[in-house]
Amino acid sequence: MSDLPVTLTKVSYVVGETSILRDVDLVVRTGAPTFVVGPNGSGKSTLLRLVMGLITPTAGAIEWAGARDPAPRRRAMVFQHPVMLRRSVAGNLLYALEQAGVEKSLRDRRCSELLQKVGLSDLADRPARRLSGGERQKLAFARALARSPELLILDEPTASLDPSATLALERLIAQAAAEGIKILMASHDLGQMRRLAGDVVFLHRGRILESASAKDFFEQPVSAQASAFLRSDLILED
Amino acid sequence: MNEGSSALVLVLSGDPALYAIVRLSLVVSLSAVGLAALVGLPLGGLIALTRFPGRAGVIVLLNAFMGLPPVVVGLAVFLLLSRSGPLGSWGLLFTPTAMVIAQAVLITPIIAALTRQTVEDDWSEVRDELNAMGVGPLQRLMTLLYDARIALVTVLLAGFGRAAAEVGAVMIVGGNINGFTRVMTTAIALETSKGDLPLAMGLGLILIAIVFAINASAWALRLYAERRIG
Repeated sequence: MSDLPVTLTKVSYVVGETSILRDVDLVVRTGAPTFVVGPNGSGKSTLLRLVMGLITPTAGAIEWAGARDPAPRRRAMVFQHPVMLRRSVAGNLLYALEQAGVEKSLRDRRCSELLQKVGLSDLADRPARRLSGGERQKLAFARALARSPELLILDEPTASLDPSATLALERLIAQAAAEGIKILMASHDLGQMRRLAGDVVFLHRGRILESASAKDFFEQPVSAQASAFLRSDLILED
Repeated sequence: MNEGSSALVLVLSGDPALYAIVRLSLVVSLSAVGLAALVGLPLGGLIALTRFPGRAGVIVLLNAFMGLPPVVVGLAVFLLLSRSGPLGSWGLLFTPTAMVIAQAVLITPIIAALTRQTVEDDWSEVRDELNAMGVGPLQRLMTLLYDARIALVTVLLAGFGRAAAEVGAVMIVGGNINGFTRVMTTAIALETSKGDLPLAMGLGLILIAIVFAINASAWALRLYAERRIG
């Protein structure tokens, strides 16, 4: 079973009178990490939630490997503020493994492998809700990996982390990408984008203004808004 | 305070009739909590996690039923269980079982309504995470009830407090029969009207002590759990 490629065709998302995304065409396929960038309110989170299948487009269609069924198969998501269940760190991970359909006899071993991978082995018995921001984000990452995803969606995962926690998470993301997991990630950290991105999708006011390789996006942005975004990370209303 | 000191003597001397009453009170109210939990926890969770026409009405009704007058519940259960009632052939009227049923009916709405609120608040918090993990509807219910376990202990406690303190329902369906269906609250009501204040006050003291002890242990459990579970 597969979730890739994810194909969005003329996707719009409207809440009441407000149009959050308009006529978005996008294909997410295997390859280097794709960064979704743009100013606040440009629709990044909504786009990621649509790709994850958490919300349904008000117009247009989304297909996961050609199927319209939004049930997640080989995809997982890490949120900006992950919420843990009221269990231990290991308990949260075992729960995710169970939900991912991992056989009971394999869960314990897989759980310690994942804890080791993200560097939380020492905190396995700690209540998950008591973790620091950086630790919680690592656990959320491990929980996403528990699904053995081929597509991993991250919504500004480092936005509220300090530099060392950010670096640790970036290493994990780079490692996952190197292992062949497709990363789709929202960020407005330009440095992070330079370090990790293979492709960039630039969103502005609910429209995709640019979709290019990271190199092209940084060196020769086409739209005035993207140039402004790259210059100052700030776009004033036109 | 002559009566006060004889009340204390009664309690401390371990009067067997008095302790039989205390024991029955506990057995009836705890069984009622158990029964009400079996219905109220899943029902509250189900309402929290589903959307159906008339849901708002059900929630309003449930919240309103939290304030059901015990005597009215007693009357309804009485009519149900009386000889000529639909369940009259069971022969349960004026037995402890009837009292358990009446108290369970009284507190099921309390447990269901508070569970609904707790689970719905938790659900809005973890909805995205669980959906991203592909958690199905039944698993969702089990997960959230388990996740809210500490809060739900407090909910059950609220139900127990209500059951242990009410007089009307157990009086009507139990009949306050000495040595058979007499519990603390009905005994207090009877002894007070008879003028036997020491026994009434002794029972009152024990009732308060029990409620206090149960709340104190629930508080301790909560503190412990918060440290362990977060």
